[in-house]
Amino acid sequence: MDRTQLLIGVAVALFSIGLVGVVVRRNVLVMLMCMELMLNGVNLSLITFAQQTATTVGAVVVFLVFVVATVEIALAIPIVLLLVRDKHTLDIGAYSELRG
Amino acid sequence: MLTLIVVLPLLGFLLNGVLATRLGGNVVGNRFVTVVGCGLPIASFALVVASCMALAAGGYVPLVEVAYRWAEIGDGSFEIAFYFDRLAAVMALVVTGVGSVIHVYSIGYMKDDPGYGRFFAYLNVFLFFMLLLVLGRSLLVLFVGWEGVGLASYLLIGFWFDDLANARAGKKAFITNRVGDAGFLLGMFLLYTTFGTLDMDRINAAFGAGAAPAVSASLVGLLLFIGATGKSAQIPLHVWLPDAMAGPTPVSALIHAATMVTAGVYLVARMAGVYVHAPEASAVIAVVGVTTAFFAATIALVQTDIKKVLAYSTISQLGFMFLALGVGAYAVAIFHVVTHAFFKACLFLGAGSVIHALGGEQDVRRMGGLAKKIPLTFWTFAVATAAIAGLPPLAGFFSKDEILWYSFASTRGGAPWLWIVAAATALMTAFYMFRLLWLTFLGRSRMSAEVEHHVHESPWSMTGVLVVLAVLSAVGGFIAVPHFLEPQLALPAVHESLHAAETPLVVVSVVLALAGLAAAAFLFGGPSERVERLRARFAGVHRVLSAKYFVDELYARLIGRPLVWISDRVFLRLGDRALLDGTLHGMAALGRGTGRVLARIQTGSLHLYAWLVLAGIAGALIWSSRHG
Repeated sequence: MDRTQLLIGVAVALFSIGLVGVVVRRNVLVMLMCMELMLNGVNLSLITFAQQTATTVGAVVVFLVFVVATVEIALAIPIVLLLVRDKHTLDIGAYSELRG
Repeated sequence: MLTLIVVLPLLGFLLNGVLATRLGGNVVGNRFVTVVGCGLPIASFALVVASCMALAAGGYVPLVEVAYRWAEIGDGSFEIAFYFDRLAAVMALVVTGVGSVIHVYSIGYMKDDPGYGRFFAYLNVFLFFMLLLVLGRSLLVLFVGWEGVGLASYLLIGFWFDDLANARAGKKAFITNRVGDAGFLLGMFLLYTTFGTLDMDRINAAFGAGAAPAVSASLVGLLLFIGATGKSAQIPLHVWLPDAMAGPTPVSALIHAATMVTAGVYLVARMAGVYVHAPEASAVIAVVGVTTAFFAATIALVQTDIKKVLAYSTISQLGFMFLALGVGAYAVAIFHVVTHAFFKACLFLGAGSVIHALGGEQDVRRMGGLAKKIPLTFWTFAVATAAIAGLPPLAGFFSKDEILWYSFASTRGGAPWLWIVAAATALMTAFYMFRLLWLTFLGRSRMSAEVEHHVHESPWSMTGVLVVLAVLSAVGGFIAVPHFLEPQLALPAVHESLHAAETPLVVVSVVLALAGLAAAAFLFGGPSERVERLRARFAGVHRVLSAKYFVDELYARLIGRPLVWISDRVFLRLGDRALLDGTLHGMAALGRGTGRVLARIQTGSLHLYAWLVLAGIAGALIWSSRHG
């Protein structure tokens, strides 16, 4: 198993853990963290392929993903904060009235 | 100069239309309307007279004047050009001359009408289009005028549009004319594709050039004649003219008796170069003409509305003109157009004077004994009646007699049976016209006391016009129109063997006219039981004639009802509602239903969303690995 395969395996593992976390956990903060895990899994795979093919495009996209992830968290945390203040719980089921 | 003749009435229309109608807030008084509305047509008439002098001075070489180049398409070009030859001169004189005096008459007749300015604007625009029709060199210009007079006719029939019946009569005239126009247009297309020009003198020359043109003269002739049947109210498109009497009486005189309805006659005479090579089309014209003349005359026998009698009489006289055209006597047809314009305008205006005197009454059963009360109207009406009946030496005698003679003896399709039918029609003409005279002016009064009390002679602007037209009806026959037109429209040759019959035929036609007079005098001058007995004996015939042979009902059943059925069932219910609306409603319902189904997924449970994302990713992966 060479390095690339290992790194891709790690990336898939990160993504899968994140996905499973989002699906099964009910805690909002944990779900947000799991989303970050998924993003990082993707980032890792992008970097790996960029290294392997010796191009910079993948690395550049990673920076873009960083920015998006930061913005997402910056928006999500205040929303969660307000929700928690209103509902006094972190359980995702309590927020279902937010549906469209 | 020719352009100016046409443009002056248009100017009158614009001035009156903009300044004297509600459009302009009626900023000018009725006096302005009168001066503009009557002055410009009279100026036009003066210019026509001047043009005639120029034509005579130039040795009768046709005057041509290009006013405007309309369009250039390939090698061909469409010009608005005016063409002034002997035929156009005669027609233009009648149109502007009779038109002008009817304008003057309208001053008195329409004096108290709130739509005074609008009325003169419409009359002016009619005159503009009519002159365009008469003076146009190309069929296209003629067609513009042709449609324009139809528009003016529509506007004036429905002049008092508050009454739905009037508006409906206008619509009927317009739609009936459309049918004829379809034929006219087809004829024009055919001529243009064959010759590459629509100039009528060139088309006539091309047909006369010897080498047979690549198109059948009879086909062209028939198509153009279909247009003429619409405009000139010949069977089977005659139904609009009686209804057109809903308009003000000067309109009936100008448009529906003297000028517009003779446009079809003018068209055929103008295209005489085609029709001399079209014996089949000419035969059709003669038969249609004589049939129309006969049937319209029979209907006129029993009508009780003074204007309806005159309307059917007009249809009948137009039939006479087409009979003359059909046997090749084009100049004689134009002669009858001229004399008919004089006496029929006089009759209509006289009828208008009667209606004016009686405060709107049109039913002859509630008239009678008016001769002493409105003597000037009576005498002018009587002269015109004698003229149309064909009593010598009045105008109608000369023109009608020539038509009868050529229908009998012309080598271009004259036949004894045509003469017999036409002579019978002439007898009926004399009878119904004198009947009208008797019922209206002579005998006992059948008016209510109140109406009788108000009877008054019309103002001088009306009676003066009546006198002028009565004089013209009396002496108009001495204007030798056929002789004047002969260098352009040669009279047909006559069967040599029939020359001896000419004098006896004249005597017979005079006897017929007198017989009509005598019969009317006997029936309507005597006690009323005579008429009652006659009506009782022929009750069935009377019913058919009163109902105008049920032609309107027949058209309603054969054409109107199927059309309504198709429009309702096929176009409205199936096409519009089911197909078009149905498709749109279906699409809307589809969107709404889909939305309702998809809205179920929006539960608010983030876990479900996450599961769906998972399922989506899994699905995408599986799909891409399958199709990778």
